[in-house]
Amino acid sequence: MKFRTFLRHIRVGSSNIIRNGWMTVASVGAVTTTLILVAVFLALMLNLNEMAKNIEDDVEIQTLIDLTADEEDVQNLGEQIEQISGVDTVLFSSNDDELNKLIEGMGEEGEAWKLLEQDNPLNHAFIVRAENPQDTEAIANQIEKFNHVDKVVFGQDVVEQLFKFNNYARMIGLALIIALVFTAIFLISNTIKITIMARSREIGIMKLVGATNWFIRWPFFVEGMLLGVLGSVIPIALIMVGYYYLDTTFSGTLSFSFVEILPYYPFAWQLSLMILAIGAVIGIWGSVMSIRKFLRV
Amino acid sequence: MISMKDVYKTYANGVTALNGVSVEIEQGEFVYIVGPSGAGKSTFIKLMFREEKPSSGTIMINDIHLSDLKEKKIPYLRREIGVVFQDFKLLPKLTVYENIAFALEVIEESPRNIRKRVMEVLEVVGLKNKARFTPNELSGGEQQRVSIARAVVNHPKIVIADEPTGNLDPETSLEIMKTFESINDSGTTIIMATHSKEIVNRFKKRVIAIEDGIIARDEQRGEYGYEV
Repeated sequence: MKFRTFLRHIRVGSSNIIRNGWMTVASVGAVTTTLILVAVFLALMLNLNEMAKNIEDDVEIQTLIDLTADEEDVQNLGEQIEQISGVDTVLFSSNDDELNKLIEGMGEEGEAWKLLEQDNPLNHAFIVRAENPQDTEAIANQIEKFNHVDKVVFGQDVVEQLFKFNNYARMIGLALIIALVFTAIFLISNTIKITIMARSREIGIMKLVGATNWFIRWPFFVEGMLLGVLGSVIPIALIMVGYYYLDTTFSGTLSFSFVEILPYYPFAWQLSLMILAIGAVIGIWGSVMSIRKFLRV
Repeated sequence: MISMKDVYKTYANGVTALNGVSVEIEQGEFVYIVGPSGAGKSTFIKLMFREEKPSSGTIMINDIHLSDLKEKKIPYLRREIGVVFQDFKLLPKLTVYENIAFALEVIEESPRNIRKRVMEVLEVVGLKNKARFTPNELSGGEQQRVSIARAVVNHPKIVIADEPTGNLDPETSLEIMKTFESINDSGTTIIMATHSKEIVNRFKKRVIAIEDGIIARDEQRGEYGYEV
């Protein structure tokens, strides 16, 4: 395409935006609403994902070793565990280490446990992490069958619930986003269809004098893309302001490591970019859908 | 050169418009297509600039096989053919100059060439002094001359006209015919579908009569041959 032609397409496409007045306002409004909702869902989903990942990464299998096992048994057991496929790390934690962890975890009340330091009732343990957190349960089941294993603890219920919740959240979020995007595409394609009908005579003449389909299509492409981009302005502003507010109020007040929200930079920027891209895609897709029929002359 | 061989056309609704048409038209000829309404004249014309596709048979225009012409190539075929319609098909918001320039803009001609060619062609149709008028400020005959100017601005080898004088009074029709003749004199093939007995009998050219989807008559310097 010649540069002059490129400029022409942009000129014609943008002048259409102005010429269509209220239709433009209506479809930009539709895109804006859609994108605000999409942004909220995306922010929620991505943050939930991140939290889930943090929790998943914290999932470890505590393998308690029989009190009767001697040093050689312990070493053998450690090797056996290491050989299970999908195991990332195996750490030995003596009964003293375990007690210290317990005391630290209890804070003030832990002091009372210090009495036990003389006669430690706890087991030695292996702390096992899976490469992929989803394999945790399968690995735990295998370890349980080995000799000299007293008990395997990995918070089964919590992990399973979490995976389930996370999967549902992902699916529902995705379905909602897709539904919203299709609604917006439909609205935009209707707007553009009206502008095309107003110009169908012009298109017919263009086809008669030998304009290529792409030459006719381009201005509508530009128009659709502009509608989408214009529609993403307000949502992006809301992300920038709203997420900044969320970030400054939440970070610090919630001290659980896994409920931390994604940091403003770069997350707000990434999200804005995503919204801009989704807006442009909605616009272009809507315009493509509506021109197709009119090019059959 | 245009050649059709055993061309049949049946529309999707079952109507058969052409029932085996074979014809050859040499470069530079002036041909009238006559015949009763609904006999297949329009289909015959639409096939030539590929607005319709033949159901069977072959059509060749300047070495282009229309039967297996890809959708994408149609625009390039149409750049070699100028088309004129009964209803002019001008854009009302554009001036005469812009209407003609539009045909060159959409095929990405350079601005300098556009200016030159538009002025040339306005001279040919005698509307140089009305370049800045919009179509509604012109008479019907003048509007048709603008649409002829648009059809020939790209120097096509063939001009196809579908009832170009259908909306014009007899006197204006004569003017339009003179314009077509001068374009024909420069070597352009002209194919004109018409219902006008006066024109066909006065400006004697080759006449092809289409009736019931077949060529009923094809004679040089023919008569209109129907009572109106």
